[in-house]
Amino acid sequence: MDHLISGRLGWDDIAIFDVFRDPTASNIVGSSAGWLVVIGGIITAALLLVRGWWQPLLFEWLTTTDHKKIGIMYIVVGLVMFARGVAEGVVMRTQYVTAFEGGYLTADHFSELFSTHGTIMIFFALMPFLIGFMNLLVPLMIGARDVAFPRLNQISLAFTVVGAMLLMISLVIGKFSTGGWTGYPPYTGVAFQPGTGPDYWIWSLGLSGIGSLLTGINFAVTIYKMRCPGMTFMRMPVFVWTALCTSILLIFALPPLTAVVIMQALDRYLDFHFFTNDLGGNMMNFANLFWMFGHPEVYILILPAFGLYSEFTAIFAGKRIYGYTSLVIATMAIAVLSFTVWLHHFFTMGQSPTINVAFGIATMLIAIPTGVKVYVWIATLWGGRIRMRTPVIYLGGFIFFFAIGGYTGILLANPTINFTVHNSQFVVAHFHNVLLPGTLFAVLAGIYVWFPKFFGFRLDERWSATTAWLFIVGFTFAFMPLYMVGLMGLPRRSPAFDDPGYIPYMIVAMGGALCLLAALCALIGTFIVSARRRDELAVPGGDPWDGRTLEWATPAPVPEWNFAFLPEVKRLDAFEVEKAQGTAYRIDREDFEDIELAPKSWIGLTIIVFGTLLGFAMVFWIWWLAVLSATVVLAHAIGLGFVRDAGEIVPADVVERTERDWIAAARQGQGTDRTLEVSPRNRGFSARIGEA
Amino acid sequence: MTASSSCSSSHPGLNLGAAHGQAHEDAEPVMFGFWIFLMSDLVTFAMFFAVYATSLQATAGGPGNADIVDVTSIALQTGALLVSSLLFGIATVAMKHGSAARTVILWLLASLALGLCFLGLELRDFIVAAEKGAVPMRSGYLSAFWALVGLHGLHVAVGSVMICVLCAQIAIFGFASDVKTRLLRLGLYWHFLDIIWIGIFSIVFLPGLLT
Repeated sequence: MDHLISGRLGWDDIAIFDVFRDPTASNIVGSSAGWLVVIGGIITAALLLVRGWWQPLLFEWLTTTDHKKIGIMYIVVGLVMFARGVAEGVVMRTQYVTAFEGGYLTADHFSELFSTHGTIMIFFALMPFLIGFMNLLVPLMIGARDVAFPRLNQISLAFTVVGAMLLMISLVIGKFSTGGWTGYPPYTGVAFQPGTGPDYWIWSLGLSGIGSLLTGINFAVTIYKMRCPGMTFMRMPVFVWTALCTSILLIFALPPLTAVVIMQALDRYLDFHFFTNDLGGNMMNFANLFWMFGHPEVYILILPAFGLYSEFTAIFAGKRIYGYTSLVIATMAIAVLSFTVWLHHFFTMGQSPTINVAFGIATMLIAIPTGVKVYVWIATLWGGRIRMRTPVIYLGGFIFFFAIGGYTGILLANPTINFTVHNSQFVVAHFHNVLLPGTLFAVLAGIYVWFPKFFGFRLDERWSATTAWLFIVGFTFAFMPLYMVGLMGLPRRSPAFDDPGYIPYMIVAMGGALCLLAALCALIGTFIVSARRRDELAVPGGDPWDGRTLEWATPAPVPEWNFAFLPEVKRLDAFEVEKAQGTAYRIDREDFEDIELAPKSWIGLTIIVFGTLLGFAMVFWIWWLAVLSATVVLAHAIGLGFVRDAGEIVPADVVERTERDWIAAARQGQGTDRTLEVSPRNRGFSARIGEA
Repeated sequence: MTASSSCSSSHPGLNLGAAHGQAHEDAEPVMFGFWIFLMSDLVTFAMFFAVYATSLQATAGGPGNADIVDVTSIALQTGALLVSSLLFGIATVAMKHGSAARTVILWLLASLALGLCFLGLELRDFIVAAEKGAVPMRSGYLSAFWALVGLHGLHVAVGSVMICVLCAQIAIFGFASDVKTRLLRLGLYWHFLDIIWIGIFSIVFLPGLLT
């Protein structure tokens, strides 16, 4: 089995041929997914070659260090992985519909599905979405030209891509873990799963974890050190605050994940005994370390989403955010508290009641600052001149459902109740209830709000609103029934059940899942339709929604240097203040200067190619390839210290021309009335409410 | 500009050029970022310390802490590592006071030599332990021991490679300001490893010496 050249990789590992070897329903589904990846890859490669798209991809995107392009790539990676995650969800729902005394998937296949679904949605869909938004918005919102370490930013993205690539490869070659996204040993140890599965889990999480940690460092430094003159902490937009808290969480929460992944790898590869059943291994150490990362991770996912909600609530309510200071304090409080509750993930694993009570109370405390936030959003809407655009639809769904998710969270935080519903579908319902309306809706609404900023045209309103409703309805039917079946006793992660009473709920949930699939298609449709109508929807002015913060004070798409002059800030909501005082769209200075952009770099591509090879080689024990790829990556990294590359210089007259053209256009036309903001008359120069 | 640049005298050891203005401002984010990285690395070590502490009794009948501690060797390792750190400090002071590149490189190489001594002694201890049957595969306790001490050793090895790389950069580029800040960051890293070692000394080796 173990070969010098190919390691433990054999022909039997090619999962896409399973269907020819043994055409069961389970194999047909699994292999089809693999074929989709292969065919999708071939079509993409062909398009790149035939249309010549490989050139811009290589020279403008993969080598870029521009935070905006990197942010867009994060979100694209997230969307691709999100599509796979949704598809897996639908397959699992079909399994549950047929799961009465059976189901058509094998138990192993079903376990793989929920393992990859969880891993993908958390690490490769939601996290890239939010880190993508941090990349897009933070430098613009704090009035900076880029992040503190542009090349490091590219490296972070590359590591995330490596993890995603490994997950995609696992569909085609070998198997993924059947141990859930949490990968609890000893079940994921060699004794129970000798195959490639847990190794895929180890390397995709381990390598992408490096990227996330570096992102945390990068953004903490950016926010601490790169703020423009006058941008004091208490003048930062709420999203920047949440990005700062997320960065701090990344810095402190990722090391436990790194540590636990290393230990699990040592157990599996070198026969150590950290978490094995025998010889002094102790899996409780795994549970503690994993959730010391895993719980803050929940807030890594939700805090930036809260930031997005705060930003566009103010915009679409047409007034400043209510209770800014309390929102900031609540954000910090949540960030701190998130480190004090990890044990609530294993109330039932045998610790003393005293410890359970302490962690139960700590968990419930989080509801206080979170409640503050929800009230702040409601109070911002209160008395506002609300425009019912797509983001507000998401916001309404969010406030309603998040309250339910929050209440069920309080229920789960009570150890006695937790013992009753532990490991049931109730838990599944709860975390989908907070993560979908919480994070996903924020991301989708955020895409709608900021898309025009970075692509220069708005998204089609009708398609966007339809998408929003489909997501809300689909979410309701797909996950609300799970509370019921959870209370009725259906365990999570079980491929089958024997109580016919669950069947009606499962059919409803299936309908919800199909609705979510339709929502995904509508989302893709939105992009296609809007791209076709791009001239009609263009907003070169860059401020289609009457925005309040600094990023709206730039043309759309944003020039690579962000700001011709670094802005100076005197109050919260800097751009709104300028517009109110009539000082927006003005050039008071003549001293345009050359601007040096961050140099392009190839390190990201090296990491994507050789990092993926490294992970793959380690999964299949191809030691020579592992050593070779690690050497290449390290050599390139060390070599970077010896290269002195200057970035491209943007000449002062180019900066001046861009700036003057934009401002001339702004002064020429009339601002758009807010009631007409989704009509073609909106060219991105907004008039303030009551003025137009 | 703002508050962030008014405290730019926070790297007084750098001597980055006349008036220190722009160079210090450039040093600000990288030095700060590196501190954050070290903070994060400290948490990684804390996790290994925690696992070690919970595994003390998990010897599964195999060798325990007292069986694998060699007093002389630990004393020598501690000495080598701390003096190496001192020599690194001298190298940065030499750079600050405008010594020739060759002098600074010599101090760095001296520091590196002691670092390698440390690694050699540690390696010898590991081999001796393995001969006694105290291999990491033997028990949960030994896994935790090897992983914690080994992780520190790995850090020292990485630091040693970086010293070589930085000596090469000094030789090629002289004291360009980015080379200087790199040296300062490597110094932080090198001293940081001392702090970890003191932790390992107190929690791993000291109890073994006392029994």
